[in-house]
Amino acid sequence: MLELHDIRKTFNRGTINEKKALNGVTITLDEGDFVTIIGGNGAGKSTTLNAVAGVWPVDAGSVVINGEDVTGLSEHKRAKLIGRVFQDPMTGTAATMEIQENLALAARRGQRRGLGWGISRKERAEYHELLKMLDLGLEDRMTSKVGLLSGGQRQALTLLMATLKKPDILLLDEHTAALDPKTAAKVLELSDKIIAENHLTAMMVTHNMADAIKHGNRLIMMNDGRIIYDVKGEEKKNLTVDDLLRKFEEVSGSKLNNDRMLLAND
Amino acid sequence: MTQIQTFFNALPGDMTQGLIWGLLAIGVYITYKVIDVADLTVDGTLAFGGAVLVVLVRAGCPVGIALVGSFVAGCLAGLITGMLHTALGIPAILAGILTQISLYSVNVQILSGSNLALSSRNFNLMVSSGEITSSLLVVILFNAAIIAALYWFFGTEYGMTLRATGCNKNMARAQGINTKSATVVALVLSNGIVGVAGGLLSQFEGNADVNKGRGAIVIGLAAVIIGEVLGELIFRKKFNFVLKLSFTALGAIIYFVVMRIVLVMGLPSHWTKALSAVIVALFLGIPFLQNTAKSSFRRAGKNSRAAQDDKEVV
Repeated sequence: MLELHDIRKTFNRGTINEKKALNGVTITLDEGDFVTIIGGNGAGKSTTLNAVAGVWPVDAGSVVINGEDVTGLSEHKRAKLIGRVFQDPMTGTAATMEIQENLALAARRGQRRGLGWGISRKERAEYHELLKMLDLGLEDRMTSKVGLLSGGQRQALTLLMATLKKPDILLLDEHTAALDPKTAAKVLELSDKIIAENHLTAMMVTHNMADAIKHGNRLIMMNDGRIIYDVKGEEKKNLTVDDLLRKFEEVSGSKLNNDRMLLAND
Repeated sequence: MTQIQTFFNALPGDMTQGLIWGLLAIGVYITYKVIDVADLTVDGTLAFGGAVLVVLVRAGCPVGIALVGSFVAGCLAGLITGMLHTALGIPAILAGILTQISLYSVNVQILSGSNLALSSRNFNLMVSSGEITSSLLVVILFNAAIIAALYWFFGTEYGMTLRATGCNKNMARAQGINTKSATVVALVLSNGIVGVAGGLLSQFEGNADVNKGRGAIVIGLAAVIIGEVLGELIFRKKFNFVLKLSFTALGAIIYFVVMRIVLVMGLPSHWTKALSAVIVALFLGIPFLQNTAKSSFRRAGKNSRAAQDDKEVV
């Protein structure tokens, strides 16, 4: 479903701020894989997701989604295959547009957009039902501007938008990191539900090791722009946070340096 | 008493002129408000649209077709700014200035000089300062038609991609929207409308002049801002897109009426440009000052000192 082959990316090459962000990332995701990604600060977790999404061209390597080599496609052209939810709740939605307009924009991801009405009556009825599913009362506020919603509501809406047209791959980039613990748990639960119901292939970056173990069927750990640990199935289910910490020291030869990650242990 | 008479005699003409500038302001609204780009091309585009119309009409072209020429000319100017901005990565403000300054040379070339007359006695024009009543009607129709067309366009699938681009480029790209082409299309559309305003203005004033557009962006912004403040005051949450465009046109009328009042009161006419800049600065600055007044270091310091003093008293 998704193949990354030897992806490399260096930022600010030739300057004092040169940063080798990805040093040969290779991974193949099977259809229906839900991969959680953990790692220290600057390990390349979000950068990997951005390489898939095409935020910038990679220096070397190839990105193949569902058999199609998208390495040479720009971000908006790849969008037909990809659903995304970002860390910042502000990033995924258009604040000055209505809830239903945001959904209508997402419903046409990857399609030609012509001069027909941007939102049809039939769609409105569909969105009403979908929003009801979120159980946030948004179905009664469909003409409200998204800017009036809370961070949690915006992330739930973004999640709905990302999966409204079934994506070949869903990218969740620390999408609960900016939310309070209770809302974060709710959005995560919703993510699980949507991924399971639609049999989606997904990648989720998280700084919470317990979440990384609890969710998905596969877990990868990154360090220094490489994948250093890849585990799935039963073995993944039986992992503990201590296992992960030990594994990290064993493979990387240093202590995990992500404060947020260590503080988030429970 | 005579001053009041002068004012009322000039009112229909000022309203007509205001509504021609209202079209320009609607063009400015598309760039400044919808896609969030400050486009300075319009100064050049207004004169460009006028020059194209006058030359075409004098060459025997029917005025309606000449006005289409003004529109196309404006679109072209917007396209150049758009390409400078998106294809060459030049900041939008600078891209607009570059197009604007080169249009000055283009306009001199088209007019074979700095000025060319277009008399309503020799040509069958749509609007002219000699026939105010019919002119006023014509410009009202133009405003209504363009507002209706824009309402339709920004409600379409494609039009919505322009709004999304102006609001949040990351979101737009993630939804498969080409934000660069959306920005260019908005600039083309905006300058096309400004070109039409230029075509009408040169008919109304009976000439095309390379300096006609100087400071046009400031008048356009003034109209947008006056319309916005007024509309939000009256309609609050019900201030929808059609009303926003209508109030932009109304803002232009108010601008010209206010200018007439200060002229009648004795302000020398060369001060009107400075006054329009002051109006824009005030309307843009007041919301900022209101915000900082609510939360400022000066106030925080004062509160802190007051609290310390209270402690000492106790």
